[in-house]
Amino acid sequence: MGAVDGAARALGIAPGMTVTKARSLAPELAVVDADPEGDLAALGRLALWCGRYSPFVAPDPPSGIWIDISGCAALFGGERALLKDLHRRIAQAGYALQIAVADTPGCAHAVARHVPAGRPITIDPGDQRKAMSLLPVAALRLEGGQVDGLRKLGFDRVEQLIGTPRGPLARRFGRTLHQQLDRALGHAPEAIEPIFPPEVPRCRRGLLEPIATPEAFGRVIGDLVSDLVGQLVQLGKGARRLDCWFHRVDGHAQAIRIGTAAPTRDAAHLAKLLQGRVDQVEPGLGIEAMTLVAPLVEPLGSSQADLARAAHKEADIGALVDALTNRFGPASLHRAAPRPGGMPERSVASVAALDRGGGARWADDLPRPGRLIDPPQPIQVTAMLPDHPPAMFVWKRKRYRVIQADGPERLHGEWWREAGHEALQPYAVRDYFQVEVEGGGRYWLFRLGDGERTATGPMTWFIHGAFA
Amino acid sequence: MGQPAVIADLRSRIAAIEGVGHRHAAVPFGIPPVDRQLPGGGIATGALHEIAGSTELCDDAAATVFLAGILARIEGPVFWCLRWRDLFAPALDLAGLHPDRVIHVEAGSDTNVLLAMEECLRHPGLAGVVGEVAKLSTTASKRLQLAAESSGTTAFVFRRASPADTLAEGTAAVTRWRVRAAPSLSLGIPSLGRPRWDVHLERVRGGEPKSWIVEACDAQGRLALPAQLVDRPAQAEERRIAS
Repeated sequence: MGAVDGAARALGIAPGMTVTKARSLAPELAVVDADPEGDLAALGRLALWCGRYSPFVAPDPPSGIWIDISGCAALFGGERALLKDLHRRIAQAGYALQIAVADTPGCAHAVARHVPAGRPITIDPGDQRKAMSLLPVAALRLEGGQVDGLRKLGFDRVEQLIGTPRGPLARRFGRTLHQQLDRALGHAPEAIEPIFPPEVPRCRRGLLEPIATPEAFGRVIGDLVSDLVGQLVQLGKGARRLDCWFHRVDGHAQAIRIGTAAPTRDAAHLAKLLQGRVDQVEPGLGIEAMTLVAPLVEPLGSSQADLARAAHKEADIGALVDALTNRFGPASLHRAAPRPGGMPERSVASVAALDRGGGARWADDLPRPGRLIDPPQPIQVTAMLPDHPPAMFVWKRKRYRVIQADGPERLHGEWWREAGHEALQPYAVRDYFQVEVEGGGRYWLFRLGDGERTATGPMTWFIHGAFA
Repeated sequence: MGQPAVIADLRSRIAAIEGVGHRHAAVPFGIPPVDRQLPGGGIATGALHEIAGSTELCDDAAATVFLAGILARIEGPVFWCLRWRDLFAPALDLAGLHPDRVIHVEAGSDTNVLLAMEECLRHPGLAGVVGEVAKLSTTASKRLQLAAESSGTTAFVFRRASPADTLAEGTAAVTRWRVRAAPSLSLGIPSLGRPRWDVHLERVRGGEPKSWIVEACDAQGRLALPAQLVDRPAQAEERRIAS
C-alpha cells in the first residue's frame, strides 16, 4: 500500500501494508495501481496553478508544494484571506490538504506534515522554535537511518535535539542533522528553486558585478521591461501581472509582484510600478541576476496613436488606478454602485474602479444624507406616537430641538435576507424622519418599528446620518 | 487706454507675478455675486482649494454636498481620497455627481490621503481630486498646489471636523471655504424646504473674503440665491457694505 484515504485509515489500513493484509481487513477495498510518474506530473501542474498566489512555487515530491507568500498576501486582502482561498479551492478540487505558514520552509514543512489540524496553521514570525520543539525528530526531513539512530539514543522530539551539545551527535550522524535543524529554525538559509510555467514571457539579465542599490535595480528593471514588452508585442498580449526575481549571491531568490487593472504594454508605466516596490528587496551581499516574468497576460490589440482625447483619458486613469492599487491594496480602490436592497446601509455596492457601470443611479426623489453614521447610534427622543416626528432628541449628550421635519419614509427589511425571515422578524420596519434642528442642521433619524405594533420593533430611536 | 483697461492690465500682470492660476479656466457658480468675488470668475481649476464644515456632522455633510456640486459641473473622473468611511455615495448622486465618475480611494490616514492626492494630481484629465484630512500643513499644501498647477487638475482638501474658531494657519490654497447649515425657509406645512447653507469664503488669493446664504445644490449641482435676496433692491446691498 502506497497511500490510503481517510476512510481506509479508519479501518486500520496504513501505508506499507501488503494488499493481501489490507483486503483481509476490508474485503471491499478499492485498490488502484500506484503511478509515481503520473503523481509527480500532477503535483507539478498543481504547483503551477498555485502560481496565482505567488510567483515563488515549487513542487516538493512526493506530496508537498512550496509557496513563498512573502509580500503576496496584500493582493488577496491579507494572509488569512489568502490561506482561506487556497484551502477552499484545493479542497474543492478533491484533494486532502494541510496548509502551514512559517518563517522558514523547514518549519512549514514539518508543521504541515505533523500537525493534522485540518485548517491552515500560521506560525507567527520568530516562533519556529516553539512550534518545532514538540514535533518528532522525523519532522526535520532526515534520512531514515538518522531517525532510527536518534530513536535508539532516546531522541524523540526536536526540543531534545535543540538542548543537546552538537559535537557528539554530529560525529555520529553527520553534518546534515544540524543543518536541517538550523534550516527549520531559521539559523541557516535554505533556497528553493522555483518553477515557471513553460510558455510565459520571461527575460533574464545576468550581472557581471553584484548590485545592491535601488538605483541599480531600477536601471536593470528598465532594461528587462523593455525586453519583455518586445515579447508581449510579438504575442499580441498585455501584462496583467509581473514578477521580478532577484537572485542573490548566496542562492536566495526574492520576488516582487505587481498587478495592473487592465492589460498593458506601457514600458514606462510597468517600470514605474516595479520600481515602487524595489524597497522590499533585501539585497544581502548583492544581486547577481534578475528575471522578469509575466505570469498573467491577456490579449491586447495593437493600438494606433491615440488621436481621440477620450481614449487618452481612459489610459491615464488605468495607470493611476494601478499606481494607487499597488500602493494601498486592491480593496481600497472602488466605485460605488446602487444595490437593490431595503436598508440604506446596504444600498451601496463597491465595484472595481475600472468597471464601467451601466449608468445605474439611486432613486432621485428620496432624501439621502451626505454622511452616514454606520452603525446607527441610539438617541433619546421626545416624540408623539404613532406618526409624529421627534420634537427633540439627545445625541452624544447634546440636546437638539427640532424646528421642522419631514417624514416618515417607511423602509422594510429585505425578505430575501436571513433565509427569508427578516421581513417576519421584529426590528424589520424603520420609519425615517428628516429633521431640521435649531441652526439649520439636518439629521436623519429613524424609529425601529411602525409606532403601533411592538412586533415590528421596540420603538427606539436612532440617528443614521447628517444631511446637507 | 481707458481706466478699466489699465486696471485689468495691471491685475493680470500682478496675477502673473503671483502665479495665480490664470493659465487654467475657472468654473463659475452661475451666481454673479459669488463669481464676482473670485478672481477668474469662479473656482479656479488647476489649483488647490480648501473646504471645511465644522465640528458638527451636519456642517461637514453640507460641505460634502457643496463640493459634490462643484465637481458635478466639471467634466471628467473624480478621485475621492478617504480617511473615514462615512461618505454616502447616494448623496453625491443627488447633487449631480454620477457614481460612475467617482473613484473612492480608502487611504486610511492623513499622510496616505495626501500621498494619494499627490499621485492623482500628477494625472491630467481628471475633474478633481478630493482629500479628506484632519490637518493640512503648509508644506503639504504647497506640494499639492504645485502638483495641481502643473497638471491642471483641481484639488480640494476637505478638512473634517474643523473647529470654526481656530486661527487658520497659512496654506498655499487659492481659496478657503467654510460651509455651514443655515435655517431654511418655513413652508408652513409639515415638510422641509430646500436646505440653505451659510457659505463663507474665508480666504481667497487676489480677492476679499465674504459670506452668503445660499440655497443648496439642485440635481445638477447648481446653487441658488434665496429669492428674497435676489429680489432685494440693489441699494440695500450697497448700504450694507458701506456701513
